[in-house]
Amino acid sequence: MMLLDARDLTIGYGRTAIASGIDLAIEPGTVTCLLGPNGIGKTTLFKTLMGLIPSLAGTVRLDGEALAQLSRERIARHIAYVPQAHPAEFTYTVLDLVVMGRTAYLGTFGAPKQADYAAASDALEQLGIGALAERDSTRISGGQRQLALIARALAQQARIVVMDEPTASLDLANRILVLDTVKGLAARGLAVVLSTHEPEHAFLVADKVAILGRDRFVTGPATDVLTPAQLSSLYGVALEVETTPSGRHVVGPAAS
Amino acid sequence: MRTATVLLALAALLIAAALLAAGIGPYRIPPFAVLDALWQRLIGGPVQTTIDTVLFNIRLPRIVAAGFVGAALAAAGAAYQSLFRNPLVSPDILGVSTGAGLGAVVGILLGFPVAMIQLLGFAGGLATVIIVVTLARALRSSGDVLVLVLAGIVVGALAGAAISLVKVLADPYDQLPAITFWLLGSLSGVKAHDVAATVPVVLIGLAPLILLRWRIGVLSLGDDEARALGVEVGRLRAVVIAAATLVTASVVAISGVIGWVGLMVPHMARLLVGPRFDRLLPAAILLGAAFMIGVDTLARSAARIEIPLGVLTAVIGGPVFVWLLAYNRRKLLP
Repeated sequence: MMLLDARDLTIGYGRTAIASGIDLAIEPGTVTCLLGPNGIGKTTLFKTLMGLIPSLAGTVRLDGEALAQLSRERIARHIAYVPQAHPAEFTYTVLDLVVMGRTAYLGTFGAPKQADYAAASDALEQLGIGALAERDSTRISGGQRQLALIARALAQQARIVVMDEPTASLDLANRILVLDTVKGLAARGLAVVLSTHEPEHAFLVADKVAILGRDRFVTGPATDVLTPAQLSSLYGVALEVETTPSGRHVVGPAAS
Repeated sequence: MRTATVLLALAALLIAAALLAAGIGPYRIPPFAVLDALWQRLIGGPVQTTIDTVLFNIRLPRIVAAGFVGAALAAAGAAYQSLFRNPLVSPDILGVSTGAGLGAVVGILLGFPVAMIQLLGFAGGLATVIIVVTLARALRSSGDVLVLVLAGIVVGALAGAAISLVKVLADPYDQLPAITFWLLGSLSGVKAHDVAATVPVVLIGLAPLILLRWRIGVLSLGDDEARALGVEVGRLRAVVIAAATLVTASVVAISGVIGWVGLMVPHMARLLVGPRFDRLLPAAILLGAAFMIGVDTLARSAARIEIPLGVLTAVIGGPVFVWLLAYNRRKLLP
């Protein structure tokens, strides 16, 4: 059963289309990785998939219903957004940040109750960062902040988690931590969609890879899509993919 | 519950400030006599002429007005800081005070009666924000916050220029002092009927801010995140702007332009209860009311003449703000 289904999508801002002919189906329990060069429209595609900006053509359906017809509250109960980790303007505690994930369940005039705080604490515990609850969310590491935002998605009880470059600007240990968490989410039946600049991350975690280029949108299993030819033309530099004896895939510049 | 304790303490502070302020003045009334007079009025007991006249005709209207002015400016400032995701924003960001100032000084120039000047001030504030919002929508239909702020700066500057023009045209012996005094803010002319007209409007404006407190806080995460969390951002922003404009314009109409309060009080409240808007708003309302009652009492009793409120809030606000920045940088700014 498809959760989120985009058909023949044209994305862009205002009247300017930046990509078209996008078909993408997001299924539960899978990780979908989106790759593409800087400025190609990965974030725009994500925003369109979440209904934050309208598609210029084509439709996105959530459980068969057109996203454009649904209220923000309704969408928020199904799709959570994990933006690129950025320090907030106000110094909320980690728990306060996570409990904001309950907004779609509070009613227009409501504020979180005991059960909502319990759900938020539970989400933090599940990700192993329960100890951070009372810490200032602007004073934790980038990896911890990313986990806190993932915890917010769990508190939101979303079935789809959209993550914009979750491993960007993280150190090696935190990248591994976040990628492991992503796999854990999929193992629990959630659908994860994430963008990355590391093809190797896609080989590691993706059930499906989508590449967004200047004139193409291709989806499929990582080994089918992330070929040397495809990657080279996507990024405009000669690249090769090497498979190590242990079965890992390493992407690097082609030997001239 | 730390927040509940702080709010109770602030409520006690507000009541204490009001009782003290009621006793201070050329005719001193001890706090117990104030309480007794209030109680007698409540149960319909004997009337003590002098105390009752001073209390109910002169001081209480002014104290209630000061309380509502402070509460309204602090609440509007706190809401705008969350809405514009900037802790350094004040209720004037969309030009409401400048617009109200223009309306009022035109009224003074034309020699209108006080009630008409107040009405023009109120209308000028509302009209300015409507022009700003319309201009921003015409420039960028998606409702970009930055465009809104820039439109506010442009329209505010135009209104400021118009005020300067009115000052040049005004009679320098009669109208100009009145204009200057109005632009610096004062509650010296406030009567009971002004309070009766203003209070309901302020309450109508505060109600949506209080009811939507949680969602307004979520708005501080940014438009995309707030929408992804289930908030209809466009609609909520319109309600917040309308409510904040309504409360600010209605109090500026009776008090004149009073700076600093809308910027500083939310910061002081944030130090007490933290940045969460649902906790910040009640704290800012109580603290704003108590602060303004204190400042207004100082304004009418510290010197032989009335000190303009805008001067006092700047004199108090400037140093306090520097102190806040110096010693609490972490809590104020990221």
